[in-house]
Amino acid sequence: MSPIARKLEPGPAAPANDGSADTAGAHENLGQPLKLDNLHVAFGARKVLQGLSIDIPARQFVAVVGRSGVGKSTLMRLIVGLDQPSEGQVLIAGERVAGLQDSVRLLFQDARLLPWQTVLSNVGIARMPGWKETARGALRDVGLEDRQNDWPAVLSGGQRQRVALARVLVGHPGVLLLDEPFGALDALTRTEMHALLERLWLRHRFTTLLITHDVAEAVALADRVVVIRDGRITYDVTVDIARPRRRVDPVAVALQSKILEQV
Amino acid sequence: MALRRWTLKSERFVPWLVPITVLVLWEAAARSGFIEQRILPAPSQVAVAFWDTAKSGALFHHVAISFNRALIGLLVGGGLGFVLGVINGTSRHAELLLDSALQMFRNVPHLAVIPMVILWFGIDETAKIFLVAIGTLFPIYLNTFHGIRTVDRGLIEMARVNGLGPFAIFWRVVLPGAMPSVLVGLRYALGIMWLTLIVAETIAASSGIGYMTMNAREFLQTDVVVLGIIIYALLGKAADVATKLIEHRALAWHPAYHANSNATA
Repeated sequence: MSPIARKLEPGPAAPANDGSADTAGAHENLGQPLKLDNLHVAFGARKVLQGLSIDIPARQFVAVVGRSGVGKSTLMRLIVGLDQPSEGQVLIAGERVAGLQDSVRLLFQDARLLPWQTVLSNVGIARMPGWKETARGALRDVGLEDRQNDWPAVLSGGQRQRVALARVLVGHPGVLLLDEPFGALDALTRTEMHALLERLWLRHRFTTLLITHDVAEAVALADRVVVIRDGRITYDVTVDIARPRRRVDPVAVALQSKILEQV
Repeated sequence: MALRRWTLKSERFVPWLVPITVLVLWEAAARSGFIEQRILPAPSQVAVAFWDTAKSGALFHHVAISFNRALIGLLVGGGLGFVLGVINGTSRHAELLLDSALQMFRNVPHLAVIPMVILWFGIDETAKIFLVAIGTLFPIYLNTFHGIRTVDRGLIEMARVNGLGPFAIFWRVVLPGAMPSVLVGLRYALGIMWLTLIVAETIAASSGIGYMTMNAREFLQTDVVVLGIIIYALLGKAADVATKLIEHRALAWHPAYHANSNATA
């Protein structure tokens, strides 16, 4: 995909400030600190989260790894406010939150675009003032500006997920949650999406929580990888590899096998 | 290439083959006296009847009245069905209160209440509109209800996460999601609309196409009777075409209706 490749190069490829908030400025530093304190969730008799706690400083990129059914998606739903914990609390920027949060955005595993709205209208779904310009800016960010008038049905899986990513960007999230967003994509598209996500994170600096079952993906993208087991965090490791990261890195490979032992 | 062109031409022509043959045979049989005119008039006689009634203005008068009844009945019944479908589709409490009553009412053949309707409204306009309204209410109610209930929960969740309020979610997610289903209901309703109107007009009316044909029967004007039947067929077809156009507009996003899908196929 040439638009991404072009934009990854440093220099004048990124458009100048055109007034839209998304493309303004090189770094936005949107990120807010996120603290999860002793979270408990149970579905009937089945306990999913049992005292999960983690402290994430602003702008950090954390990957959450764990087997399926371990409560990763439940955790996301708690943070975004779709579900409530039976015990414990979620704190964003030091404040306890309950219910849906404007500062938190969630990228689902499937793109969840409205099929009856164009790409542009999907990105600007919240219809804030001046949404068309903002949405266009976000689409430019993900390299899909030329598809703004298309129906979602004609896009490929990777393109749909990029539109969903643009929709998330429009919300200027302080905390960005990614729930296995690239799980359904082919390997090549996934690598492209990784590069895109890293570039966007470096620019906007939202505090990011990426759920994945792919340890390689976690190590490639995150500053820090945590493993969930038995409803709490059992392993927490910092990924001390400088960016931009190489595709194949011996340090990363060693770290991957270390994490895999813990999953 | 030549063969393909021929195939394209024949695709347009072939569907007309059977109707035209039937018409020709029918005309021949009527003229030769094989079919008595009292039983079935020749197509040419029907055409003459069309010309005569059109010239006198009677045809237009009756068609306009029937069309009017159909439209008002559909607006009242369909509108009510849509509103009830939306209310029950979005609120479990409303469903609990209203749905079983509606289901009971739905299972009564609405033409069975004609005697009561005549007692209540006489052979007034209200009687016909009332019957059409009852007939069209349920298909639209059921399909609207079903459409709203089957809207993708994931999309609603997505909308909530992106900060949309209940009204925005209804207008931008729930209603468009239910629209394909609502339009299926509309097509059913249109069929029932004509059926109801025909019955109501032949039983209790002093105007309209149904009245025109019943009146013609009294005077053994079989040509006018057949003309009335043809008019009903045409009106039904017109209603179907109208819904198809609405579908194409309202469901332009749907892959089945993409404008360029034919070109690439």
